[in-house]
Amino acid sequence: MATTVQAPPALCLANITKRFGSVLANDDVSFDLNQGEVLALLGENGAGKTTLMNILFGQYTADTGSVSVFGETLPPGKPGAALRAGVGMVHQHFTLAANLSVWENIALGTQGIGSFVLRSGQVRAKIRDLSARFHLDVDPDARVSTLSVGEQQRVEILKALYRDARVLILDEPTAVLTPQEAQDLFATLRQAVEMGLSIIFISHKLHEVMALADRIAVLRHGRLVATRTRAETNPDELVSLMVGTAVDRHDYTPRTVGAPRLSLRNVSTPSTGTRFGLNNVSLTLHAGQIVGLAGVSGNGQAALSDVISGLITPSGGDIGIAGQGITEWSPRIALSHGIGRIPEDRHKTGTIADFDLTENAVLETYRDQFSRRGWIDWRGARAHAETLRETYDVRTSGVDSRIRLLSGGNMQKLILGRVLEQSPQIILANQPVRGLDIGAVTYVHRRLVEAAENGAAVLLISEDLDEVRKLSDVVHVISDGRLSPPIPRDDATPAVLGHWMAGNGFEGEVPHAS
Amino acid sequence: MDILDILFSAAFWAATVRIASPLIFATLGELLCERAGVLNLGIEGIMVAGAFAGWIAVWAGLPLWGGVAVAFLVGAMLGGVHSVLSVPFGLSQHVVGIGMTLLATSLTFYMYRVILPEVSSPPKITAFQPLDIPVLSDIPFFGAALFSQTALTYLAFLLAAVMAYVLYRTPLGLAVRAAGERPEAVATQGLSVTAIRMGAVIVGSGLMAIGGAFLTLSAFDSFFFEMVNGRGWICIALVVFGAWRPGKAVLGALLFAAFDAFQIRLQQTPMGAFLPYQFFLMMPYILSILALIVMSRRADVPAALMVPFNKGER
Repeated sequence: MATTVQAPPALCLANITKRFGSVLANDDVSFDLNQGEVLALLGENGAGKTTLMNILFGQYTADTGSVSVFGETLPPGKPGAALRAGVGMVHQHFTLAANLSVWENIALGTQGIGSFVLRSGQVRAKIRDLSARFHLDVDPDARVSTLSVGEQQRVEILKALYRDARVLILDEPTAVLTPQEAQDLFATLRQAVEMGLSIIFISHKLHEVMALADRIAVLRHGRLVATRTRAETNPDELVSLMVGTAVDRHDYTPRTVGAPRLSLRNVSTPSTGTRFGLNNVSLTLHAGQIVGLAGVSGNGQAALSDVISGLITPSGGDIGIAGQGITEWSPRIALSHGIGRIPEDRHKTGTIADFDLTENAVLETYRDQFSRRGWIDWRGARAHAETLRETYDVRTSGVDSRIRLLSGGNMQKLILGRVLEQSPQIILANQPVRGLDIGAVTYVHRRLVEAAENGAAVLLISEDLDEVRKLSDVVHVISDGRLSPPIPRDDATPAVLGHWMAGNGFEGEVPHAS
Repeated sequence: MDILDILFSAAFWAATVRIASPLIFATLGELLCERAGVLNLGIEGIMVAGAFAGWIAVWAGLPLWGGVAVAFLVGAMLGGVHSVLSVPFGLSQHVVGIGMTLLATSLTFYMYRVILPEVSSPPKITAFQPLDIPVLSDIPFFGAALFSQTALTYLAFLLAAVMAYVLYRTPLGLAVRAAGERPEAVATQGLSVTAIRMGAVIVGSGLMAIGGAFLTLSAFDSFFFEMVNGRGWICIALVVFGAWRPGKAVLGALLFAAFDAFQIRLQQTPMGAFLPYQFFLMMPYILSILALIVMSRRADVPAALMVPFNKGER
């Protein structure tokens, strides 16, 4: 797209620096967004992307530096300023009021607060017009709580367009979308650019960046390390710019399989709500082996994970540990048998957000390893947290900071360390890399493989087929609460797994790689 | 037989509307606070302070409406203290609320003794008198039951309509509701969550105080310490009962008031002779609890109620 030399950039960030305590979140970051351009802002979790956007929107005040929109400098720390200048943001976590309707969410703050009438008809009409022009199909009168995630994102985009945004910023917009929804989003964004909008697209998915962006700016550790046009770069270069080193792609070497560590025989659990229970599931985890569990979300993964971690006791069937039948089953008993758990949701069940790193590090062990005569041994706990921080490369200002301040990747590294330092016999890894950046993904995967090589039995539950196929020695598919027979790694082709995952039953063609 | 007589007497319905009036003021005030995301447990104390402030202002020579205005201002001031502690400071709303109730009650007692050091029984004022609405008050039965109330009662019902209009039909009301549902949505749209919440608490507290003042300026003509007698706590329940909607909350207040008016009359029937009177006093509360259980099964609690909002926290 041709831009004249005189046109001021749509958005210009100049020398932005921001510190949180001793952590430098943004270090002298400068870049321009040209009019009619899609700029991808690429960086690992914790690289400072979100902080930068919060500064742009006045949620934070930068220590130094300035922001200007179409040549006009914005006053710092004023949340409304960027909005009024025509910058709209679609946040990673939507900021919609679920109990209000679509049009109410969009109208919020757009009409004078002292006005006596809310012009709802006008709002609805404008929403319908924008929906049609940008292919953002959504019913203005629907309650937000009834919408799918994809539809909610459309509402967020409409919110920005409704305010006549000329610059649109999307923070990891595809993280929550299905592939089909992501395609729709890209179509909408291309449409928006054609209509003269300029877009900043924050992501760490390289294929999306390469598909959509005109230029790519890479952030690492709070610094802008490079800006490239799409034509002059490639995914490999971007990865190495992001993580600083060429990514270590570990290769598969067959592992020696040892004795059975955990076995479930004909285990069933009741269904709860929309969640499938387990239906007669038999599964054995062997020492030194990674068992992958593939399946569409909500087919019984949660129930299986809860059974293994001791949160629910099966309504039928037996659990055996190292060949011994188990009669009593609880999280504490599971822990005492050497089951290490990486929970699916690190925010809700993996950590306690307002506890510091030390407290989170000893959540599972404070009773036996870090207490003396009923008193918690804080010195020992702190030293343990320090060890985890160093060994597992948890980037933080210190073990006394609250864990909510950590990025997802660093939080997950702490959880991983908490598990692995106990040298668990059995590791339950439920979605261990969900939402992590490439560097952290590689790290977590390498550690899990190492644990298996050292003799742990690993169950890897994931909705990402590539991840399952990359790491597992054998693969099971879970569908409608039933577990498929195991398939050896080499036979676990996407075709076979996909067929089973789609709920066609596990009979029929014997899996064989063609 | 007796029960039917009670239900078909205009006096019973007139009493119901009268007893409901202070509850309506205070419930609407609490509803406004909670819609913006702040639980205001200072309500009981603010009602006591409002009852006293309105009454003492009239005793000191202000007109009755002046008394109402003074009560509103005193409530708003107490609400201001509550809102500073609960909104920008983000302190526990339970602790702030209970503290405000204790502070407001004690302060009232103190002011009472400072202003009236010598009196043994509180002086009387000339309270609001029933105001017959022309034409409507002449309707048989309904006229006597509904349209022969004091001006403050009419104001209570008018206020409910205004509150519903503001909440659902103005940009301000939308912002208040959104602040109670998802403050981040308000902040990202460039509005100040702090200002909206503080404003709601201040105005809401003013309304609670008018609810208290109703007792001294309209229902009765003097001030006693026990006169609020837990009405504030009832209003907290009425907000839940009304599912945070003004119209339903008014219905709840009327229902509670009807139970109350009913039990007073029931005490005078033959039944009152052999049942202890405490049993009758208990009735409205028990029936309210039952109604609450039935009504609030799937109430839409404001999602961000009691969740402080801190700008810049992640």
